[in-house]
Amino acid sequence: MIQKLFFYASPQNFYPLAGKLWPVFACLATGLTVWGLWLGMFVAPTDFQQGQGYRIIFVHVPASWMSMVIYLAMAFWALLGLTFNTRLSGMMTKALAPTGAICAFLSLWTGALWGKPMWGTWWVWDARLTSELILFFLYLGHIALTNAIDDPRRADKAGGILALVGALNVPVIYFSVKWWNTLHQGASVSLTKGSSMAQVMLEAMLIMGVAFWMYAVAMALYRVRSIILVRERHTQWVAELPEVKAQMMKNTAGGANA
Amino acid sequence: MSAFFAIVKRDLTLALRRKNEVITSVFFFVVVAALFPLGIGPEMNTLRLVAPGILWVGALLASMLSLGRMFATDYADGTLEQMALSPNSLSLMVAAKILAHWLLSGLPLVLLAPILGLQFDLSSNALWVLTLSLLLGTPVLSLIGAVGAALTLGVRGGDVLLSLLVLPLYVPALVFGAGAVQAEISGLGASAHLSVLAALVLVAAVFSPWASAASLRIALES
Repeated sequence: MIQKLFFYASPQNFYPLAGKLWPVFACLATGLTVWGLWLGMFVAPTDFQQGQGYRIIFVHVPASWMSMVIYLAMAFWALLGLTFNTRLSGMMTKALAPTGAICAFLSLWTGALWGKPMWGTWWVWDARLTSELILFFLYLGHIALTNAIDDPRRADKAGGILALVGALNVPVIYFSVKWWNTLHQGASVSLTKGSSMAQVMLEAMLIMGVAFWMYAVAMALYRVRSIILVRERHTQWVAELPEVKAQMMKNTAGGANA
Repeated sequence: MSAFFAIVKRDLTLALRRKNEVITSVFFFVVVAALFPLGIGPEMNTLRLVAPGILWVGALLASMLSLGRMFATDYADGTLEQMALSPNSLSLMVAAKILAHWLLSGLPLVLLAPILGLQFDLSSNALWVLTLSLLLGTPVLSLIGAVGAALTLGVRGGDVLLSLLVLPLYVPALVFGAGAVQAEISGLGASAHLSVLAALVLVAAVFSPWASAASLRIALES
């Protein structure tokens, strides 16, 4: 088992595995999204307080969950990369970051859309919203740093340290913002929902959560394949890949025609 | 330990030979604090409310200004490589550089803050808490900032990038620092906030030199 893991730690061996896995996760994500949205939009009853508007939680809550889970996953890969000095870990961290940033943005956006009809304002400086915003900034910082460094090895390691520092800081930020919020604003707007959620709503939300999870995995695997190809483009095995060969043939043929 | 004090002394000497840089970031703090009343209006009741936040954000930005220089000159002339090669622990030497940075950019702000606080009509108790919170909080800024400065060393557009990386991580220090003064003004007492700030300093002091040293090694490797 351990040997198998080390086998797939090499980009060369992981590339075909990721190629086989990502369509599976993408199909699962599509199927679960359709099921979850159908449950959420058509089967779940209208909320007696919030009307139809509450249905945005089927996107909002899973997006917020994933934005946090992906940051933890990045920290995990960063730790692995810094301890074992594996190249693939850095690539995975880099592949996860854009999806995490998108989830954080989606969570903020849907939160604003939900907030307007429910509380009458697009934005409140609530603890969760504020820490989600800061998480979004952390993602942007990570992407900016890894893109600014030309040497991929250095970019991976620097990004890894930043991800770890950020992961240590996220709980501190959350609790500091929470404290700040309770001291200054009082409980003017409470986001904490009662636990009296209808069973089918909860089901739909959980299904959407799993769907987002599958989507994130599929996107990360898809993106890591591109990163592997770019980074390993000088190697023999990339040149021998059938898809690369076909592309090369096309290019040379096109060049001859032109 | 002798290396530690040697580096602190060296950084202080170097900075005092070029006083401009130190004075600039201090003046930046003064100017920013003076601009806010012009933007908000001279109403003293409002100013008293926003003073802790303004002074703290000013301190954050002012200490940000000098962060880029923490390792840059040493990196450019090769001193940093010599430090990494020396038998002394790099973390210890980085800690010395962080201490020197705080003495040059943090401590002046701590000493100036009560005077600027007077412009905002803070009570004497609030001024004390403000000074104390900055005394505990500005080392956190230097410590966290050191990691960012090490990560962006020699990177294109490093200075702007540094602010993007570091400012979100400053949030806890800002919340508890400004919160301490506001708690004092509202009569809740600032001891809880100050204790948390002290805890933040201690945790940052343990992890930051180590993480900065690791980041420096990455920067030197390539």
